Amino acid sequence: MNERVAIIGVGYTQLRPVSSDVSFREMIYEAAVRAYEDAGIEPRDVDTFVAISEDYHEGTAIFDEYVPDQLGAVLKPVHTITQDGLTALASCVMQIKTGLFNIAVLEGHSKASNILYPSHIDAFALDPVTVRPLGFNPVFLAGLEMQRFLVETGNTEYHCGLVVAKNRATAIKNPIAAYPAEISIEDVLSSNPVSFPLKELDIARKADGAFVIVLAKESVAKRLSPYPVYVEGVGWLQDTPNIEMRDLVSSLYLTGAANMAYREAGIRNPIREIDFAEIDDTFSYKELQHIEFLGIARPGESGEMLEEGYFDIDGEFPVNPSGGNIGCGYMYDSSSLRGVYEAVLQLRGFAAERQIPDVETALIASWRGIPTASGGVVILSNRE
Amino acid sequence: MHFPQKVAVLGAGLTKFMRRAQETPKELAFEAAKMALDEAGLTIDDIDAVVLVTAPDAFDGVHMNGEYLADGAGGSKKPYMRSFVGGGSGVFGIINGWYHIASGHFRTCLVVAEEKMSSSMPHPQGTFNAIYDQFTERPLGVNLLWIFSLEMNRYMSVHKVPLETIALVAKKNKKNGLDHPCTQAGIAGDYTVEEIVNSEIMCWPVTRLMVSTVSDGAGALVLASEDFAKKVTDKPIWIEGVGWCLDTSYWTNRDLYYPKYVEYAARMAYDMAGIKDPRKEIHVVEPYDPFAYKELHHLEGLLLADKGEAPKLLEKGFWDRDTETGIPSSPSGGLLGVGNPIAAAGLMKVAEIFWQVKGTAGKRQAKREVKRGLAQAWGDLMQVGTVVILGK
Amino acid sequence: MEFKGKSLKDRDFKEKNILYTDWHVKAHYAWDCGVALSKFFEGLKEGKLYGRSCPECGRVVIPPRMFCELCFKPTDKWVLLKDEGRINTFSVSYVNTDASRREKPNVPAVIEIEGASEGMGILHLVAHPEKIEWENLEEVLSMIKIGTKVKAVWKPSNEREGAITDIKYFVPVKEE
Ligand SMILES: [Zn+2]
Repeated sequence: MNERVAIIGVGYTQLRPVSSDVSFREMIYEAAVRAYEDAGIEPRDVDTFVAISEDYHEGTAIFDEYVPDQLGAVLKPVHTITQDGLTALASCVMQIKTGLFNIAVLEGHSKASNILYPSHIDAFALDPVTVRPLGFNPVFLAGLEMQRFLVETGNTEYHCGLVVAKNRATAIKNPIAAYPAEISIEDVLSSNPVSFPLKELDIARKADGAFVIVLAKESVAKRLSPYPVYVEGVGWLQDTPNIEMRDLVSSLYLTGAANMAYREAGIRNPIREIDFAEIDDTFSYKELQHIEFLGIARPGESGEMLEEGYFDIDGEFPVNPSGGNIGCGYMYDSSSLRGVYEAVLQLRGFAAERQIPDVETALIASWRGIPTASGGVVILSNRE
Repeated sequence: MHFPQKVAVLGAGLTKFMRRAQETPKELAFEAAKMALDEAGLTIDDIDAVVLVTAPDAFDGVHMNGEYLADGAGGSKKPYMRSFVGGGSGVFGIINGWYHIASGHFRTCLVVAEEKMSSSMPHPQGTFNAIYDQFTERPLGVNLLWIFSLEMNRYMSVHKVPLETIALVAKKNKKNGLDHPCTQAGIAGDYTVEEIVNSEIMCWPVTRLMVSTVSDGAGALVLASEDFAKKVTDKPIWIEGVGWCLDTSYWTNRDLYYPKYVEYAARMAYDMAGIKDPRKEIHVVEPYDPFAYKELHHLEGLLLADKGEAPKLLEKGFWDRDTETGIPSSPSGGLLGVGNPIAAAGLMKVAEIFWQVKGTAGKRQAKREVKRGLAQAWGDLMQVGTVVILGK
Repeated sequence: MEFKGKSLKDRDFKEKNILYTDWHVKAHYAWDCGVALSKFFEGLKEGKLYGRSCPECGRVVIPPRMFCELCFKPTDKWVLLKDEGRINTFSVSYVNTDASRREKPNVPAVIEIEGASEGMGILHLVAHPEKIEWENLEEVLSMIKIGTKVKAVWKPSNEREGAITDIKYFVPVKEE
C-alpha cells in the first residue's frame, strides 16, 4: 500500500494530579468518545486497536485484559504494546500499511496517582543482579546523566532552570495542563536538591489522564476528515539496556529513531524543514539533550539558543508549545500521546491562544523514562 | 490478499524447557535467538528489527521487562518492540513481526519469546492472582486455577463430555512430548486415563495431570520479506494468515463454553490465507493446551470441529500424530507434554508448525503430508485468541 | 540442532551451588473505583446489589458500568437486583490463593444474578448452607449443580465496608 497514514481524530481528558472521581475505564471512555466524535466514526468502524500499558504502572498482571470495553473494542483485533506511545503509533501505521486495515485506534492513559510507592516501581526496572541491590532511588540515574551532559556540552543548570520556567509558563495557555505556573529560574535553582545536579523542580510531576487517537489510510482519511494530519515518518530505537555501557552525554536512542523517521519523511535539515516540536522533557536537561541529539541544535548550543528565545512558543523553533511533561504532567508512556495531541491541534490550526502561525510539519520525540534508553520519533504534517 | 511484502519464516530456535533454569532471562533469550539465526544462516547484523514477547513482568521480577531483555534478545541499537496479549503473546509475537515486514517497513525481523517463571517466589501463582479484577474479584482470595476449572466445568456440562475423554488430551500430549528434545524433566510420559483422572484434584474438574507446569524457557523465529527470503533459500515457509481478537474483560458476563474470540481470530487468518474449508486445508494444528480441555475448546473455536464434537473425534484418534485421515493436533506434545514457559510455549507451537511444514520435525513428524499448519494461543481472562498459519 | 539450557534442582539452592539475589517489590496501589463501582460498593454496604441498564440494548449489567461496552453509549439507570441467582458454573478448589493445598475445598462460582439480564454473572464463593465449610468434593457435587439457585449471606451491617466481601458467600437454597 503506497498510501500515507493520517490521524483523523484525537480525544483527551483533562490532565490532573489526582483523578479519584473516575475509574481508569471511565477516564479512557471519556477520551475515546471525544476521539470518535472528532473522527466522525463509531467504534464499529475501527479495524484494529492498540493500547499501551506496563503492568506495574497499573497494578494488574496482564493489563491487556482490561483494554477493550472502554474503547468499544469487544471482539475486535486488539493488542497491547508495552512501549512508549510513539512506538505504539508506529505499530498502528505498520498495521494500516499492510493493507489489511483502514482504521486503527491507539489508546494511552495514566493513573500514576494510584501508585503508592512509584520510586520502588522504578527501582524494580533496574537490573536485578548488578544494579538494584545497591539500593539507590533510581532517580540518581538522571543526576548522573545530567552531570555528564552539562559538563561535556557546556550547557548549565541555569539553562535547565530556563526549560522549566518556559514549559510551566507555556502550559498556562493549555487548558488541559496539570501544572501551569509562573515560576522563575531562581525558584528552580533553589528548589530541593534531589540527586546533584538534579533538583526537585527539574523533574516533571506526574499526572492522570487519557488520550485516544484515530488513524486511517489516506483515502479513507480524506473521505472522513476535513483536516487529516499525515504521519510522514516514524522511528524508534533501543540503545543498550545496560546503564554502565551507555554514553550518558548523548541520547543515542533518539538520534537513531530520528534518523529512521527523517529518512522516511525525506527530511535532510530538521531545523529548516520542521516547524515545531513536542519533545520529552521528563527532566529539564532532557529537553536540551534531546534537542541536540535529534539534530535540531549542535551539541552545546541548545542552552544559548534557549536563552535567546529560539525555542519559545513565539520563537523560531517552538519546543513544547503544550507545556511539555513539565507543564502538563508526566504520564509515563502516554506522555508522548499528549505531544501527538498538541501537534495535531497545531497542524489543524485549532490550538487557540497558543496557536503557532503557519505550521506545516511537526516533530514529536519520546523517551521511556528511567532507567531506559529507548524512545521514538514521529513526523506529522498537514500537507496534502 | 495482496501485501506490500509476503513474509517468510527462515529459522526457529528453542531452549530446553526447565522447572528452574540456571540461565538468566537474558541468557535464555540469547540462546533461542542465536539458534534461530543459525538455522536461518544469518547473523544479528542481518536483522532490521526485533520483536520481544514475555508474559507478566512479575515472573522475571523486572518492571518494564522488555527493556531489560533487549540485549539478550538482540535488540540493542535496533528498532525494538514488545507486544503483549498475556498467554497469547507467544503467537502474537509472530503477528507483530509479520506486520513489521508485510507493511514494507523492514526486510527482516527477529521475534523472541522469553519466560522465566521460576524467579517468582514462592510460586508464580501470586502473579496470576493479579490478573483478576482488583475491585470485584481479587478480594475473594482468587487463584488462577479457578477461572480454568469454571470454564472447564461449563464446557463439560454444556456438551456432556466425560472427564475421561478430556483426560485423553493429556494422555496424547504427554506421550507426544516424549519425542521433543526440549521437554521439561518429569512431565512427558505414557499415562493411562485412570492415572490422569485420579491424579490429585487441584480445582475440580481439573486434576494435576490435566494442567501444564511452571517452566523457564525461550524461543525465537527469524522472519523475512519475500525479496530477502528468495536470496537465502529456495524453499521458504510462508506466513499465509494471521488473526487475533480480544473479547470483553467482563468474563463473568460471557458463556465460557465456547471461545468466540478464537473463532474470530481464526476466521481472520483463514480469510487472509484464502482458506475456505479449514478441515481439509489445515494439515496439522498446534492449539493452545495449558489445560487438557483447552485443546478441545480451541479446536472447536478454530472451526476444525463442530461445537461439542472435538471430544468425540479425540476418542476416534482423529487428532493423533500418526492419523492418516484426521488432523494431528499438538504433535510437539504441547504445553502439557513439553512444558509451559508462557510466551515461549506459544512460540514453540509456531516453531513446531514451521518444522512440520518444512518436514524436519524428526520423530514428531506427522504421518500425513503437511503442506500447511496452524498454531494458536490463548490468553488474558478467557479472552484473547491469536492464530498464525504457515504453509509451503 | 542443539537445544541449550541447564536445569537446576532444589538441592542446588539449598546447598548454595548457585548464586541468586532476593528482592521484594513494594508494589502497592490505591485504585480509583470511579462512579459505577463506588455506587455498587455503597449498595453492598447497605445490603443491596445494584446493576445498571443500557437504554440502547436494554441489558441490565452487573458488575455495573457507566457505559455499555457493546453499544458504546452511556448506561442510564440504576437497577436494584435481588441478592440471589443461579450457578452458571462452579469449581471445587483444593488450592489456596498462594498455591498451597487446602485440606477442605472451597467453591468459587459464576452466579447469574436475579434481575439482571440473562448470562450476567459475578464471581463469588458458594458455602455449605449449614456448616459453611464443605467436607469434600462428593459433598459439594451432591448439593450443587449448574443451575442451582443460591442466595447471598451478608456480613452484619456494622462489619460491612463497601467491598465485594460484604457478601460473605452464597448458599444453595431450596426451590419453591
Ligand atoms: Zn447496550
